[in-house]
Amino acid sequence: MSTATLDACIGRRWRKPPMIRRAWLRWGLSIGAVVYLVAAISSIEVNWARVYEGLDRGAAFIASFARPDFISRWGGIWEGMVESVVMTVASTVVGIAISVPIGLGAARNIAPLPVYLICRGIVALSRALQEIIVAILLVAIFGFGPLAGFLTLSFATIGFLSKLLAEDIESMDKSQAEAVRATGSRWWQWINYGVQPQVMPRLIGLSMYRLDINFRESAILGLVGAGGIGATLNTAFDRYEFDTAAAILLLIIGTVMMLEYLSGIIRAQVQ
Amino acid sequence: MPIVTHSDGRQGWQRRDTKARMLRWFGWLIGVAAFVWCWNRISETTTWFFVWDAPRIAGDILGRATPPRWSYIDKLWWPIWDTLNIATLGTIGALIMAVPVAFMAARNTTPSRLFVRPLALLIIVATRSINSLIWALLLIAIIGPGVFAGVVAIAIRSIGFCAKLLYEAIEEIDHTQVEAITATGASRWQVMAYGIVPQVMPAFAGISVFRWDINIRESTVLGLVGAGGIGLQLSASLNTLAWPQVSLILLVILLAVGISEWVSAKVRGAII
Repeated sequence: MSTATLDACIGRRWRKPPMIRRAWLRWGLSIGAVVYLVAAISSIEVNWARVYEGLDRGAAFIASFARPDFISRWGGIWEGMVESVVMTVASTVVGIAISVPIGLGAARNIAPLPVYLICRGIVALSRALQEIIVAILLVAIFGFGPLAGFLTLSFATIGFLSKLLAEDIESMDKSQAEAVRATGSRWWQWINYGVQPQVMPRLIGLSMYRLDINFRESAILGLVGAGGIGATLNTAFDRYEFDTAAAILLLIIGTVMMLEYLSGIIRAQVQ
Repeated sequence: MPIVTHSDGRQGWQRRDTKARMLRWFGWLIGVAAFVWCWNRISETTTWFFVWDAPRIAGDILGRATPPRWSYIDKLWWPIWDTLNIATLGTIGALIMAVPVAFMAARNTTPSRLFVRPLALLIIVATRSINSLIWALLLIAIIGPGVFAGVVAIAIRSIGFCAKLLYEAIEEIDHTQVEAITATGASRWQVMAYGIVPQVMPAFAGISVFRWDINIRESTVLGLVGAGGIGLQLSASLNTLAWPQVSLILLVILLAVGISEWVSAKVRGAII
């Protein structure tokens, strides 16, 4: 700051510099935001009488968390939970098995261009489609039941795991892989001793994380008939049996917390 | 480094000793057994006739779904607007609720480590581990179907995500700046406003745009349970087996997801 501007500043109160420096952009953005908000809020129809009526039910629901009912529908809850866990485990295993080769193919530094493009295409497709939409289509094709849910979760796992694995391989330390190659190793040996040890800790961590996500997702697949605890939950809500619903939600939260804790331990072990 | 002696007396190198190998082998055995058991359970409850029939059905659906019914787009503009509103207003609502939760959860700003922090962490875990579709189901049971239920569902679901990322950002701030502000005799709120908030502002903007992107994805399917947006049209078309409409809606959803991802990547690139 030169002396002239410093002199001009003396005696004036300090003000926080604005976040966006250009005045026209700042005003344009703020006015645009206000106009949008007014348009958006006014286009939402809220039936306040209905909301007011519902508050009692909301309070009843929150109260039912204090006394969740595990007993009266225990058979259904148990079946649903086991089905969810089964779907989660099977789809995570199959998803990892498929996504490792695709992840290798989607890493530009070890795959030739045509393979790279095909694998990246599969990853993009799997990431763009949401689980629930895939589940609807697969239920239409394969019929109701956990098989559709299993396939959905496996498909979703591929997009997640392959992409992150490929990124990890692309950013690996080249010299180690080169050293293994220099010993005259074959392609398999190169991957096994040069690449795999570098990405293994992250792969294990990501797999655990995906197991966690798959369980959470499996809880909603039942809404469209793809098996799991979601169907039981949906029925509970439809019957306004909030204490059963609260029990199911508590079970889901508990399992997710346990999985998160477990995956934290395993990730700390391998890294 | 374990060395083994082969039967003919030669010595060779091995990556692991016998005990470690047995342990690993046993671990694999349990893993494979668990997977086989899971697969059996799935296969028991599956009607395999439908599965063998699947390629024909898939071809049939594909045949019905193409070409998409382009003229149906006229009826989609309003649901698209609703979807955008659910995502945007939901994100704003989530941020308003997530900021206090984040400040309560961060170790360096929490008013009480013993009571308030565990409560804030509980809110974060509970809202994060339940999918927005389940929140929507719940809110529909409470306040009735419609766009408003969708907005609230998205808002509640996003609290955990935003608060978690934000409190991690707050914990990582540079402490010297806070000390400097405190040394001027600033009050607690002034320290917050001039010492902490400017440091987490970029992270905050990044998190909100990131979550907005995710919320656009989630709000497209909220309608499946009746919480407004383009999912309502999707579920109506599915129920009437109007496959040409379904394929058009899926294309619109893919496009919306693509655009929101692009916008969020651009904005985050500009901030960071």
